[in-house]
Amino acid sequence: MSAPGSFGWFASHEARLAWRDWAWLMTRGKRRRGGAAGFGFLGFFLFAHGFAYLVLSHSMRLGGENDTHERVIITAMLALAFSAMLSQAMESVTRAFYARGDLELILTSPATTSRLFAVRIAAIAATNLSMFLLFAAPFINVQAWLGGMRWLCAYPVVMALSALAVAVAILIAGALFSVIGAKRTRSISQVIAALIGAAFAIGLQFAAIVSFGTMTVPRFAVLDKLALDPDDPVLWPARAVIGEPSALAFLIGLGAAALAAAIGFFAPRFGQLALAAGSVPHGVRKKSRREARFRGATPAQALRRKEWSLLIRDPWLMSQTLMQLLYLLPAAFLLWRSFFSDGGVATFLSPILIMAAGQLGGGLAWLAVSGEDAPELIATAPVPSNNVLRAKTEAVLSGVAIVFVPLVLLLAAIAPFAAMVSLVGVTVAAGSATAIQYWFRAQAKRSHFRRRQTSSRVATFAEALSSNGWAGVGAMAASGTWLSVIPGVIVVAMLAGVWWISPSRSSVPG
Amino acid sequence: MNDKSSPLALRIRGLAKSFDRPAVDGLDLCVPAGEFYTLLGPNGAGKTTTMRMVAGLLPPDRGSISIFGVDALADPIGAKRIMAWVSDEPMLYDQLTPMEYLGFVAGLWGVDTKLAEARASELLSWLGLSPHADERCGGFSKGMRQKLALAGALVHDPKFIILDEPFTGLDAGSSRIVKDVLRERVREGCSVIMTTHILEVAERMADRIGVMSNGRLIADGRLDELRLRAGSGDASLEDTFLALVAQDRIAA
Repeated sequence: MSAPGSFGWFASHEARLAWRDWAWLMTRGKRRRGGAAGFGFLGFFLFAHGFAYLVLSHSMRLGGENDTHERVIITAMLALAFSAMLSQAMESVTRAFYARGDLELILTSPATTSRLFAVRIAAIAATNLSMFLLFAAPFINVQAWLGGMRWLCAYPVVMALSALAVAVAILIAGALFSVIGAKRTRSISQVIAALIGAAFAIGLQFAAIVSFGTMTVPRFAVLDKLALDPDDPVLWPARAVIGEPSALAFLIGLGAAALAAAIGFFAPRFGQLALAAGSVPHGVRKKSRREARFRGATPAQALRRKEWSLLIRDPWLMSQTLMQLLYLLPAAFLLWRSFFSDGGVATFLSPILIMAAGQLGGGLAWLAVSGEDAPELIATAPVPSNNVLRAKTEAVLSGVAIVFVPLVLLLAAIAPFAAMVSLVGVTVAAGSATAIQYWFRAQAKRSHFRRRQTSSRVATFAEALSSNGWAGVGAMAASGTWLSVIPGVIVVAMLAGVWWISPSRSSVPG
Repeated sequence: MNDKSSPLALRIRGLAKSFDRPAVDGLDLCVPAGEFYTLLGPNGAGKTTTMRMVAGLLPPDRGSISIFGVDALADPIGAKRIMAWVSDEPMLYDQLTPMEYLGFVAGLWGVDTKLAEARASELLSWLGLSPHADERCGGFSKGMRQKLALAGALVHDPKFIILDEPFTGLDAGSSRIVKDVLRERVREGCSVIMTTHILEVAERMADRIGVMSNGRLIADGRLDELRLRAGSGDASLEDTFLALVAQDRIAA
């Protein structure tokens, strides 16, 4: 048992809190769900390893030889992983700075608080790593089984990258605090986090379009054009993964040193930064540029206008919503490049547009339906619930239309039929995602937008299946085959099944 | 079936709601029109559950609720049109200004724009929120939020206001303003039902007081009637309330 106030004592305290949070997330406090969660994990573990086997044994054979192309691929994958880890770390660090929780208790206690904050920074690194390993570990394990034990060196490499990501994230957050102050750091750092998360993947697609004129070539093929030497330092991460001692030692040393430096420098200051963040009101009192005009409206107009105003005025929410559209940028770029040439790209642009519309529609619908900050006001207003539902759906679909109609119009100029398919697909995908959000509505704060996936896993999977399913239907329809009816029927059946198991089916309309 | 001749602002008959155990158990309660009625009770007595059922936020298991003769269960929209609900946790939109919030509420209740704007300005001024009319609500204090929620309840000029612990967490200044506004509305003919744990507020403001315990109304009347029933002479409301609850516990 560690002495109170020591590193070990704080670490065990944090570990207990983390374990209970995680257990609660899995079981919602019901013991009976523990078994189901355990089976779920086992199922996921087996499925993930099976999937990794399929990918690694068929699509992507890695030999671990002195092959520049292979090293480029591994390095690029690690860069992708690093961008995702850095993005996640920035989110976690920002959340840690702004979470009030037990801050006042800790800072008013006689304990050496820098120890606790050191433990918390380390905990962020551990959480970040475990989140990533959940998806990466099956690939590492299967590759070690197929290609030899040396591939297990990927574990320390990933650990080093995670430590480095957290160190960089803390450095960026600390710099933001100094430069733009506590008031703005929260929004800006979350926007930066999302941009970092998407930047590398999108950058590769842009590069592929510029180099090959299409997005359909293998994602990393563009990197071969760099013509790197196998011993180039850029490829050291790949060499570390396949177990080269010097590269491995360098990466582990770099990660450990960076994290230790971040802890050493920021742990003593963490309390002050968190207090500065905590002294900022949750909603900054912001004066409107001009006197707000009193705008009367019908109930439907009032509801629509409210949804739009709330979305536009919340920079973080806006960025989170629009972030989903970042992935559309390469498609839009390709569309622009193809504008005067040919309609060949239309067939694969339709599904991209449809899938993105489903995702955007789902996000907006969650905000409108579940993220209602004044549900009792709406419930006590003399407006039939069907009218509320219709007005909110209109708000969602018009938001989707603003984004997608210009793209569909552009597409119509080069491929009218594909544009028509896209228009129908965008509407149906956004409508389906909205319907799913209605069926699984669960009251939450708008600020919990990022955590909406955990409120109903069925809804999350259904939304993804629906968007992808409609995208598949769109792809087939755009290529002119009537066989697209078959996946269409499957998607409709899936939606019917989702509705059947949804909580809303048994509830009485209000 | 609506009874338009009823002089009652609220009539509850045989209202019941159970969760794991009965929260409200065959409640009968009447609030005459134009009165300020305060509902008291220990924690878990069923006050908030009752208020939420009256406001249409919770469906009862059985019983009837009529607001100014409008059957709130058969015609919820008709009932909502004439009432307002204010809870202890004001639910506002952080990114809207008070004026925009009131415009939104007026839109929901279908109030004429010009009339609503005039009322909104008057209410904000009355509640001391005019200097903040163009600031977003996100940074407002608890008191400011509660006052704005009250303005939202009043902007559509309801005949019946339901208040669930509206004074929780308010400072003395904000509390005084809210009390003054409510008194003024009652003077103008509005009916109010309010739950509170602050007995001083109930003693000063209520025309009549109801005491709930274990989901039932155990006493109802003016303060002197309650004192008589409790056998507490000219004791304070606090002593009277505690005596009534103790009697009920012994009887149970």
